[in-house]
Amino acid sequence: MQVTVKYFASIRERLGTGSETLDTHATTLQALRDELLARGGAYAESLARGKSVRLALNQVMCDESAALVAGAEVAFFPPVTGG
Amino acid sequence: MNRSAFATPRVTIQTADFDLSAEVAALRAGHKGVGAVCSFVGTVRDRTKGSADTISAMELEHYPGMTEKAIEAMIDEAYKRFDILGARVIHRVGLLQPLDQIVLVAVTSAHRGESFQACEFLMDYLKTQAPFWKKEQTPQGAQWVDARVSDDAALAKWGISASNAG
Repeated sequence: MQVTVKYFASIRERLGTGSETLDTHATTLQALRDELLARGGAYAESLARGKSVRLALNQVMCDESAALVAGAEVAFFPPVTGG
Repeated sequence: MNRSAFATPRVTIQTADFDLSAEVAALRAGHKGVGAVCSFVGTVRDRTKGSADTISAMELEHYPGMTEKAIEAMIDEAYKRFDILGARVIHRVGLLQPLDQIVLVAVTSAHRGESFQACEFLMDYLKTQAPFWKKEQTPQGAQWVDARVSDDAALAKWGISASNAG
């Protein structure tokens, strides 16, 4: 199935992209993150589990246990610093 | 006639500056039950905590769509918790300079207590749950601002546990 993945701030800069559409068999955000980590390089670095990375599913903050469905919009970003 | 053209939105994300007086006037207009208005304006400082560097500019990035949804949900929560009559949030994005206004939160209520509380609640919530990111330009180069654990603690006092910085 296809999902859209977005990246913001320092993670977007590190990866050199703000958005991508990808085909995945992942059924949870955890499995999707594993797929991205397996790419190695900047992905393995910036999405590493030791790092402070926040996740959103369909524009709502969530954790890795969230279920992934076709057409979902997933986002990875660092802790927020607005206000 | 497009009625929505006359309604002020509750949340606006914009690059342009805002006028506190005009926003408060719009929020109060026609509401005779309002006896209190509390507003907060956040501005860009030229210093960052723990550094002697001077900030020459600040760039604000956000997650279009999610930002508005997240703040709308915060305002809904404020209405549930406090007896407020109106709320308005404006957050600027893009390139800002020291002294510039960044964020406005304004709340109206019949009596002052509810407005004071709701205004602080919305700011505490926004700091840790709205998808904005600040990047500071300094003589040493540009750097992303780190999230602060103290902001998580500020939200915790409202009974909401968030681990943004942690």
